[in-house]
Amino acid sequence: MSTPAAADPASTAPEQDPAQSPEPGGSKAVAGRRSKRRPGDMIFTGLSVGSGLLIFVTLALVAIFLTVRSIPAIRDSKELGGGPDAISLWSFAAPLVFGTVFAALLALIMAVPVSIGIALFISHFAPRRLATPLGFMIDLLAAVPSVVFGLWGGVWLVPKMQPLYELLNTYVGWFPLFGGDPSTPMRNLATASIVLAVMILPIITAVSREVFLQTPRLQEEAALALGATRWEMIRAVVLPFGRSGVVSASMLGLGRALGETMAVLMVLSPGATFSLHILEVGQHNTIAANIASQSAEATPDVMARLIFTGLVLFVITFVINALARAIVSRSAKS
Amino acid sequence: MAQAINVEDLNIYYGDFLAVEDVTVTLQPRSVTALIGPSGCGKSTFLRTLNRMHEVIPGAYAKGSVEIEGSDIYGPGVDPVNVRRRVGMVFQKPNPFPTMSIKDNVLAGVKLNNKRISRSASEELVETSLKGANLWEEVKDRLDKPGLGLSGGQQQRLCIARAIAVKPEVILMDEPCSALDPISTLAIEDLIHEMKQDFTIVIVTHNMQQASRVSDRTGFFNIAGTGKPGHLIEIDETEKMFTNPSNSQTEDYISGRFG
Ligand SMILES: Nc1ncnc2c1ncn2[C@@H]1O[C@H](COP(=O)(O)OP(=O)(O)OP(=O)(O)O)[C@@H](O)[C@H]1O
Ligand SMILES: [Mg+2]
Repeated sequence: MSTPAAADPASTAPEQDPAQSPEPGGSKAVAGRRSKRRPGDMIFTGLSVGSGLLIFVTLALVAIFLTVRSIPAIRDSKELGGGPDAISLWSFAAPLVFGTVFAALLALIMAVPVSIGIALFISHFAPRRLATPLGFMIDLLAAVPSVVFGLWGGVWLVPKMQPLYELLNTYVGWFPLFGGDPSTPMRNLATASIVLAVMILPIITAVSREVFLQTPRLQEEAALALGATRWEMIRAVVLPFGRSGVVSASMLGLGRALGETMAVLMVLSPGATFSLHILEVGQHNTIAANIASQSAEATPDVMARLIFTGLVLFVITFVINALARAIVSRSAKS
Repeated sequence: MAQAINVEDLNIYYGDFLAVEDVTVTLQPRSVTALIGPSGCGKSTFLRTLNRMHEVIPGAYAKGSVEIEGSDIYGPGVDPVNVRRRVGMVFQKPNPFPTMSIKDNVLAGVKLNNKRISRSASEELVETSLKGANLWEEVKDRLDKPGLGLSGGQQQRLCIARAIAVKPEVILMDEPCSALDPISTLAIEDLIHEMKQDFTIVIVTHNMQQASRVSDRTGFFNIAGTGKPGHLIEIDETEKMFTNPSNSQTEDYISGRFG
């Protein structure tokens, strides 16, 4: 629409208002003059650029803080040739990283299918009378503070899960995840992951539901008119359409599970191994829960080590987010 | 394959609103029936009740009977899914599945219906369906490319290929050319001509030249006013409808004296 005018300014110039005359540089000057005349615009531009910068600066400050303060831990570690009695940073941080990622992945594996199911139910199966309150309830669940989930997990869920864990351990114990020797009370990684799953469920559900609801009606009708049942329609149209949305929702959930502190702290009895036995107690811990439990009475060198694990967590969440974006933009293109 | 459709005392509602009242008509097999009428008179609504697609809209329901091959598609225990496999539909805007290739689009209905189909049978089906939709020559070298990469007219013919691939008895078309250029429109009109050898075709159109070009019979819907139900005023041989209609409303409409 604007190309013909731009390609042939001479012909359109006479009809135009003199303020928009296409003399060289004219339009830029006009735009400049205009925005100067409108204080509202300037304030708004300033504010939005300012807050953009602020976010960037804050992020940089956090990264710098984490890096600088963890330097002592890196410098004095056994790996970098600290003294003979230096502590291995690897053996300190690696089990925590393992526990963090393991718990978050378990939570994700449990939460994603359930979330997709709930989201599909709300968007495509439930009558509107039921769908609205259900969506509202899911949103409410997102607003529950994590301490409350921690309490619920530690006090109520742990004893309730015990019979199931015993069954699993007895009959499916050959499967590495359920092996080992669980002892009571079962404050193990399995329970912690369940609590995490419940906590990330609302965000994944809410985002997925939004995407599913945006499936073009015409596509859905195309499938139905071909004789698709509702489920076949969902498989052929809704899920492919919502895939990238579900991926980004899951990544949001994963990010939250990686950083969640209270729920893990209050449910899990900690340990520092690379054990795959999620039913065994005292084997795992997460970075966030470890920092929360240790930092109050930490000596400076312990503090440096904790901050180093914080830096690692920071990097992990960063990478996860970058990955999520890459996946979303790639599937948006194809 | 093609079957007559007997519609009797059909009343169609959106919730409390009676949108189409008392339609009784027989649509002939192996012929093209065009439905014309002013906007909002219920042509689309009526068309969608012929394969129960109106049920997709919350609150929409129909009373009366629609018999295809002697059995009422609204009879007790009749699954709308099975009805739609027998009565295919082509929409106003081309709507190929965006995530599927041309080939998968054609096969979509067959795969949805969970029929297992061998590779050679599926290749044959893709070819005959695309040939049936006059699209084969244009796409045979890029069957694995996405369906969305085609032009609008090609996409619409792909949708027709997709509809005929499940071998329905009836094909419903709701303004299938309204989003297309004149050349693509002609291509589809030619196609409709050929397709009536095999299918019973019902087409809604706002273009009266199109109705006179493609159809054997034409039905005229009208409404008395907004909020009033639509009625099937008259249905007859297309030639008669456009030269010498029996009803004065029809005459007013086709001679442009409507409203
Ligand atoms: N989803 C719906 N919910 C409620 N009322 C509807 C719905 N769809 C259509 N209607 C009403 O039913 C009547 C018939 O509509 P319909 O779409 O069948 O008309 P049409 O003849 O196809 O019009 P057009 O030529 O503009 O496509 C109209 O009064 C319309 O407002
Ligand atoms: Mg219509």
